[in-house]
Amino acid sequence: MTAVAQPLPAARRPKRMTPARWGLYAFIFITALYFLLPLYVMVVTSLKPMAEIRQGNLLALPVAPSIDAWVKAWTSACTGLTCQGIKIGFLNSLRILVPSVVISILVGSLTGYALSLWRVRGANILFGTMMVVAFIPYQVFIYPLVRVFSFTGLGQSLSTIVIIHTIFGLPTMTLLFRNYFASLPVELFKAARVDGAGFYQIYALIMMPMAIPMIVVAVILQTTGIWNDFILGLVFAGRDNLPMTVQLNNIVNSTQGERAYNVDMAATLLTALLPLAVYFGSGRWFVRGIAAGAVKG
Amino acid sequence: MQKSNVDIRSLQIGFGGLKVLENLDLHVGASEFLVLLGPSGCGKSTLLNAIAGLIDVRGGEIHVGGRDVTWAEPKDRGIAMVFQSYALYPRMSVRRNMSFGLTVAGTPRDEIERRVGEAAQMLRLTSLLDRRPSELSGGQRQRVAIGRALVRHAGVYLFDEPLSNLDAQLRAELRVEIKRLHARLGATMIYVTHDQIEALTLADRIAVMQGGVIQQLDTPKKIYREPVNRFVASFVGSPAMNFIPGQLARGSEVAFIAGVNRVSLNGYAFRSQPTDAPAVLGIRPEHIELTASNDPSAVSARVEMVEPMGADTLIWCRLADSTAFSFRHDADAQVRVGDTLNVRFPAEALSLFDETSGQRL
Amino acid sequence: MRLSLNSRLSAISALLPALLVMLVVYIGATSWTVWMSLTNSRMLPNNNFVGLRQYEMLLGNDRWITSVHNIVIYGLLFVSLALLVGFLLAVAIDQRVRAEDTIRSIFLYPYSMSFVVTGLVWQWLLNPTLGIQHVLRSWGFEGATFDWIVRPETAIYCLVIAGVWQASGLVMAIMLAGLRGVDDEIWKAARVDGLPKWRVYVSIIIPMMGASFATAAVLLSTGVVRLYDLSVAMTNGGPGIASEVPAKFVMDHLFERANIGLATAAATTMLITVIAVVAPYLYWRARKGEVR
Ligand SMILES: Nc1ncnc2c1ncn2[C@@H]1O[C@H](COP(=O)(O)OP(=O)(O)OP(=O)(O)O)[C@@H](O)[C@H]1O
Ligand SMILES: [Mg+2]
Repeated sequence: MTAVAQPLPAARRPKRMTPARWGLYAFIFITALYFLLPLYVMVVTSLKPMAEIRQGNLLALPVAPSIDAWVKAWTSACTGLTCQGIKIGFLNSLRILVPSVVISILVGSLTGYALSLWRVRGANILFGTMMVVAFIPYQVFIYPLVRVFSFTGLGQSLSTIVIIHTIFGLPTMTLLFRNYFASLPVELFKAARVDGAGFYQIYALIMMPMAIPMIVVAVILQTTGIWNDFILGLVFAGRDNLPMTVQLNNIVNSTQGERAYNVDMAATLLTALLPLAVYFGSGRWFVRGIAAGAVKG
Repeated sequence: MQKSNVDIRSLQIGFGGLKVLENLDLHVGASEFLVLLGPSGCGKSTLLNAIAGLIDVRGGEIHVGGRDVTWAEPKDRGIAMVFQSYALYPRMSVRRNMSFGLTVAGTPRDEIERRVGEAAQMLRLTSLLDRRPSELSGGQRQRVAIGRALVRHAGVYLFDEPLSNLDAQLRAELRVEIKRLHARLGATMIYVTHDQIEALTLADRIAVMQGGVIQQLDTPKKIYREPVNRFVASFVGSPAMNFIPGQLARGSEVAFIAGVNRVSLNGYAFRSQPTDAPAVLGIRPEHIELTASNDPSAVSARVEMVEPMGADTLIWCRLADSTAFSFRHDADAQVRVGDTLNVRFPAEALSLFDETSGQRL
Repeated sequence: MRLSLNSRLSAISALLPALLVMLVVYIGATSWTVWMSLTNSRMLPNNNFVGLRQYEMLLGNDRWITSVHNIVIYGLLFVSLALLVGFLLAVAIDQRVRAEDTIRSIFLYPYSMSFVVTGLVWQWLLNPTLGIQHVLRSWGFEGATFDWIVRPETAIYCLVIAGVWQASGLVMAIMLAGLRGVDDEIWKAARVDGLPKWRVYVSIIIPMMGASFATAAVLLSTGVVRLYDLSVAMTNGGPGIASEVPAKFVMDHLFERANIGLATAAATTMLITVIAVVAPYLYWRARKGEVR
C-alpha cells in the first residue's frame, strides 16, 4: 500500500523562532537587565564627577569619564575620623582572609576526615549538632564569645577574627570534606592502613592530594564568605583591623555633609572586586561550591 | 482499534556533524510486529524517536497510516510509545498516569474511564490503580507504561527497549505478555531491542541494524537461517555462529576446502554462480552433527573444552589447521577433553560469505 | 575496623578543635545566652534571675514588635519571590537557550556580592532625588514616584527588592540542577501524551522537585533570620525604626544600648524560631536518607 501524502497543516517544517521562543528570549533579556542594572549604575556613577551626577541621568554614560573618584575612594575617603581611603580596609581584609581561609580549611578537612573514615564514638552527635548550628544566627553566640575572648586576653584582634571565622566556617567545611571523603572507595583507606600508614599520614599523603577539587571549592566558598563578612569583622576584628565591608559602610553611611556618590560607588565596586573576580574567574566551580554548600546533610 | 502502516522514505538524521541515519527506507505493514535489532549506538532509538516525532529529521519523509507526519507533533501522529526507563510521572497515581494525556486532550470522562479500565484489566493492573509508581515493582511499572500507551488507542505502538531494565525472569514474563497483547489488539508495533531472544520470539519481521543502516529485514527464521552478511550472522544467535575460513573449489561438485578438510556444498543454495575464491563458512553450533569416521564428508576435530549448559552441552573443538568451533550436543554426551570426534557440516544448514565483502554467497 | 590505641588518640586529637567548638560555642555560648535572657543584666552581665521578665519587656517593646513585623513581611515576600524568580529563570535557561553560560553568570553574579555592597547599590538606585525616580521623571513620567526607601511604610519592601536581586541566582542554580536531573524520557512521554509544556511543568516537574524547593526554601529562610548587614547598609533601620530587624535589634541592644538581658531574650527567641524550622527539615532529610 503506497500512501498518498495528504497535505496536512502540520506536515511542514516548523519555524525555528516561534512566538513562544521570542517571549522566552524577551523574558530572559528583561530579567538580565534587572540583574545587570546595579552593576552598570555602579560603574557609570563611579566614573562621573559629582556635578554630572547631580544634573544628569542615573543611567547616562559619563560625559567626561574620570577615575578621580576611584583614586579618592582608594586613598583619601573618610571612614569616620581618619581619611585614608578604603585601602586600609582592603589590606585588613586581606590580612584576615588569608589565614582564615587556610586555617578553616585545614581544621574543617581534618574534622571531616576524622568523622568520615574513622569510627569515633559520638561522631554522629558532633556532626548532627554542627548541621543544626550551621543554620543558627550569629546573634546567639556573639556576646558570650566576646566575653570569652576578652577573658583569654585576645580581645579584639587579628587572631580573634581568624579563630572566629574558623569556628563559623567549621560546619560547612566539615560537611564538604566529610561527604567527599565518604564518597571515596573505602578500600583506598584500608589499603593505606594495611601498609601501616597512620592517621595523619593518610590524611596528608593520600586524602588531601585526592581532595584537591574539594579544596578548590572550599577556597572559593571561604574566600567569598569571609571577604563578604560584615558582622563578625565589626565585632571581633578590633578598630585597627576592620575589614573592607565595615570600612565601606562607614565611608558611605557616616559621611557628614554632602554625599559624594561617585566616591561611594567607586568604594563599593572596589569592595566587590575580589568576589566578582573569584566568581567570574572560577566559572562552574562557584556553582559547584554553592551546590556543595547548599545540600546540607 | 485502527491499525496503521508506517512508511519511511530516505530518512536522514544527524546530530551536529554526526550522521546517524542516511537514506533509510523502511516499510512496516499494518498489524505487523517489527523489531529493530542492533548493537548499542547503531541508531535504533534515533529511528524510533524520529517516527514518534521526538527528534527533527534532516531529510526524507515519515508516513503513518497514509498521512505524511514528517513534521507533525508527536500527539498528532497516531502513535503511542513505551520507554526503557518507564518514564512514569512519579507524583501521579497509576490511574492518573494512564489518564492524564486523555484528560488534557479533553476526552470525555466516561470514555477515559472505560479505556483505563480496559487497559488495566488487560495488563492486570486493576488492583494497583491508586498506587504511586514508587510503590510498584519494576515489572508493574513497565506494565503501567504500556497501559499509558494503550489508552491512546494509537495506530502504531513504539517500544524502546521496554524490558531491558528488568531482571531475566520478569523479562521473559513480560515478553509473553507483549506478544499476547499484539495478538489480541492486532496493532502495529515497532519494538527496539538489542536482545536477540526478544527479537526472535516477538517479531513478525526483524530489521537488523548496524551503523545506521538496515542490514537485513526479514522474518526471524530467515534472519536466523540465511543471514545476508557476516555481521547479521554473528550478531544473531547464541552461542554464536562458527566461522571457518577457507576456499571454494569447483570440481565435480562445489566444495569448501579448509586445510585438509573438505565440505561438500551439494544442496547449498548459492545466490550467484560460485567462483574459486576465498570464502568463510558459517555454521551454527546446533547444526553440526556427529558422524562415523568412514563418512566421506566427515571432518575430524579434537575436543578442547566441554561446557554443560543444562538441556544440552556445548563442545569446543579444534580442526587440524587449528580453527576453533563449537557445537551443541545433548546433555548426556560422553565426550572428554582430548577426544577426537568426527563431525559433519550439512550443506543445507550452512552459510557462505565472501571473504572480503562479508556478503552471503 | 578496630583501631589501635595510637590511631584512636590521633583521631581524637584531630577532633579536638571541633569538640572544643562544640563545648564552648555550641553548648557554652548558647546556654549562657539563654541564661542571660533570664537575668536583668544591663551593661554588664549579672546573675539576678528574673524569670521571663525580659521576654515580657520584649513583647512590649515597639522596636522589637516592628522588627518582628518587618521580618515576617520580608521573609514571606523574599522567600516566595526569590523562589518564583529563581524557578522561572531556571525554567527559562532549561529551554536550551543560546549563550546559556553567559546568561547563567548574569543571574548568579549578585550572589557573590556581600550584603553591604548590595545594600549600598540599591540605596543609591532607590534614592528618590537622583535614582530611578529621577530617571523616570526625566523620561517624561512627571508624576512618577518611587520613593519607597524614604517612607516608613514601604522601606522594608526595598530590602525585599535588594534581597531578591541578590539571592534569586542561588535558587536558579539549585532549581536548574533539579531540572537537569529530570529523566529525558519523562519529557518524551509527555510530548507523546500531547501535554503542553507549561502543563508538564505544573503537573509533573514541579511536584517532582520537592527536594530542590525545600533546600532552597530552607537556605533562604535561614538567611532571613540572619538579616542584618542589608538593613544596616541600606537603611540603617530607618527611616526612624521602620526597617529594623531582629538581628539588628540584638546587636544594637548588646553593643549600643547596653541591655544584655533584653538582647539575649531577643536572641533566644530567634534561636527557638530557627530550630523550629530547621529541625523538622533535617529530620526529614535524615529519614529520606535512611529510606533510600
Ligand atoms: N542527542 C544526541 N546528540 C548527539 N548524538 C546523539 C544524540 N543521540 C544519539 N546520538 C548518537 O547517535 C547514535 C545513535 O544513537 P541511538 O541512541 O539511536 O543508539 P541505539 O541504537 O538506540 O543504542 P542503544 O542500544 O545503546 O540504546 C549514537 O552514536 C549516539 O552517540
Ligand atoms: Mg537506544
